Amino acid sequence: MEEVADTKARKGGARLCSLCDQRRAALKRPKTLEQICRECFYKVFEEEIHQVIVENQLFKPGERVAIGASGGKDSTVLAYVLSELNRRHNYGLDLFLLSVDEGITGYRDDSLETVKRNEIQYGLPLKIVSYKDLYGWTMDEIVKMIGLKNNCTFCGVFRRQALDRGAALLKVDKVATGHNADDIAETVLLNILRGDIARLSRCTSITTGEDGPIPRCKPFKYTYEKEINLNQICTYAYFKRLDYFSTECIYSPNAYRGFARELIKDLERIRPRAILDIIKSGENFRISTNTKMPEQRTCERCGYISSQKWCKACVLLEGLNRVCQSWVLGEAKALIMMAERK
Amino acid sequence: MACNSSSCQSNCYKNDEEYAEDSPSLTDRKLSTSTNGQQNLCVKCKANQPISSASAGAGAGADDAHFCYGCFRRNLYGKFRLSVTSYSMITPSDNVLVAFSGGPASSVALQFVHELQHRAQKNFDANKDRSLPVFGVGVAFIDESAVYPDASEKVDDAIREMKLVVSKLTPPMKQLHVFPIENIYTSDSIEGKDRLTKLLDAANDATGKEDLLLHLRMLALQKVASENGYNRLILGSCTSRIACHVLAATVKGQGYSLSADIQYVDARWDIPVVLPLRDCTAQELNLLCRIDGLKTLQLPNSPPAGINGLVSSFVTLLQEENPSRECTIVRTAGKLTPFHFNRIPEISDCTVPLATRRRQKRYNLKPMESMSSESFCPLCNSPLRILIYRVRTNPKVAKVQDLVVPVVQVAVFRYSPRIPHQWNISICLYPNKWLPGEAWQL
Repeated sequence: MEEVADTKARKGGARLCSLCDQRRAALKRPKTLEQICRECFYKVFEEEIHQVIVENQLFKPGERVAIGASGGKDSTVLAYVLSELNRRHNYGLDLFLLSVDEGITGYRDDSLETVKRNEIQYGLPLKIVSYKDLYGWTMDEIVKMIGLKNNCTFCGVFRRQALDRGAALLKVDKVATGHNADDIAETVLLNILRGDIARLSRCTSITTGEDGPIPRCKPFKYTYEKEINLNQICTYAYFKRLDYFSTECIYSPNAYRGFARELIKDLERIRPRAILDIIKSGENFRISTNTKMPEQRTCERCGYISSQKWCKACVLLEGLNRVCQSWVLGEAKALIMMAERK
Repeated sequence: MACNSSSCQSNCYKNDEEYAEDSPSLTDRKLSTSTNGQQNLCVKCKANQPISSASAGAGAGADDAHFCYGCFRRNLYGKFRLSVTSYSMITPSDNVLVAFSGGPASSVALQFVHELQHRAQKNFDANKDRSLPVFGVGVAFIDESAVYPDASEKVDDAIREMKLVVSKLTPPMKQLHVFPIENIYTSDSIEGKDRLTKLLDAANDATGKEDLLLHLRMLALQKVASENGYNRLILGSCTSRIACHVLAATVKGQGYSLSADIQYVDARWDIPVVLPLRDCTAQELNLLCRIDGLKTLQLPNSPPAGINGLVSSFVTLLQEENPSRECTIVRTAGKLTPFHFNRIPEISDCTVPLATRRRQKRYNLKPMESMSSESFCPLCNSPLRILIYRVRTNPKVAKVQDLVVPVVQVAVFRYSPRIPHQWNISICLYPNKWLPGEAWQL
């Protein structure tokens, strides 16, 4: 007991990096609570990502990979780190930036400017696909139609399809997204809360959609959000002075995911490794493989991959158009009544 | 249905997205049925007055206000009896021990078990045949005043109350066993208290200490049961507690062993543990205690701290947002594959009446798949997901290391996460029964 107290006191006084023992410690690493200096932090951060990529065989040499870029910190750091590691360890990849324009004024138009700057800064070709072109609706129009409660569902479903379509246009072999450990832990909790056992068995995989045309992978699966971006001074994105857009989506406060996020934040304060523990639990859940899993077909309306007759995006669009029609009809009726009164 | 709630929406993956145009009409329909005509009648029997919100007290769900007292009680007792018969928890030749903490859930469990036994006794007396005996019932209370020394007076008062409660539950008579928790070591109280305090002090993580205490409580119950000839242990765990356990276990990295803890039957222990109130929510049990006047005792203990406390307040928050959330959580976790020990082992004993054996065979529906041998953690008895570890040079030590390294991950880290070498001390202090002698040499 006493020796431990001694080492603690020693650390408190000198504050040297616990990895290199030479430079002054600049931050306490959120994942392990070690005191480390900036250079060691970069090294350890990038090295861990490299290990994840190698151990899980995420990429093969010569592959064309699209990075889902929103302009936010996760995708910016992903673009930067992937191009760095590609150079340093000779992955032999062709990297592209793929961005989705949901049509949210005041949020997405600003972050798209950031992505355009990233295109120049990292020298990666950029492609932007928009909801307006693909579906005929922007998120602002959708929110006006259905309100603030279920809009995240629409955005998520549409975005997934938009990414796939953009990836097909770019003719890439894989899409890499910036989902970090916190995101995956939140998803595991959400799926337990919502009773979705099928998604629960799939959500912890580092690569999904392998049996489809374009698989999606998450190199940041074990990276803490706090290490990518902390509210205080020390962050990878901040330290490296990367150009990113740091506001949250204006519609996000009402999302159900907010509950899970609050819990995760509180847990991280008590026990930082809880986030990785949730992911580990999610990977180890005993879910029988002959639980009814959806069969894969194609949507009759648009030809996209689907487990039902119509893909979810088409179903949502149909619903939107109907609401729009009934709203338009309601408006028309009101106008006619007003005209009749006159 | 598990949740007894008329507003429960089945949250399967098909309709987990509620469309804006669907949800308003759905709620409209529900409101209209409750406001026209059936406002003041029980929704089940349509004859009596529903339980008034005044007697129900604060926090009663809108659903409970739809049942009259009779239907509500019948419903709850029905759930209890269904669990007992479907999983053959209690058969005529059994001797069951009810773990009693004084709280609402265990009070209801004791009351219901008593009613079941009382009915069986009446049938036995009326029957000329007398072929099927009446099962025996005992009550066990684990006295944790060694852990909370300031509260020993309150505990003594509580024990007096309990003796009174149990003495009223006759016929048939039930024995109350008060077991001080330090007796898991030896019957010598002072030495036991000393070793117990040393063990709990070695766990310097708040969450870990609470979990350790839970395991010790189970060890104590097992000891009481086996020393006094009981062959079943009944816990009053309800849906709410299980929902908290599901989330807490996920957060602590115990996803693999989770499905073992939340089933109706847990037979990995010497005395199988059964959960007959698994389908009842804490709200229903509280309501029943209040209405029936079942005396609940508030035992002195600290409110859950650390992760357990966080999860508990999280679930309360979710319940406020959606009253059927607890049921959904338990239902999801129920879809995880249970282990082979999550059912009552088949009786091969010839002295047990044939009718009992036949009834059990009928309910143990799934065929006994190959008894996959599971390894269990020496501390908390959770099934371990064995991964391959480096071979140690000393063969004696290797065997324990194989078990103990995952233990570091699952159990011991929970007890003293910051100082890895301290878990050695924890294992040494653990009650002897669970460890091979060589463990000490680590």
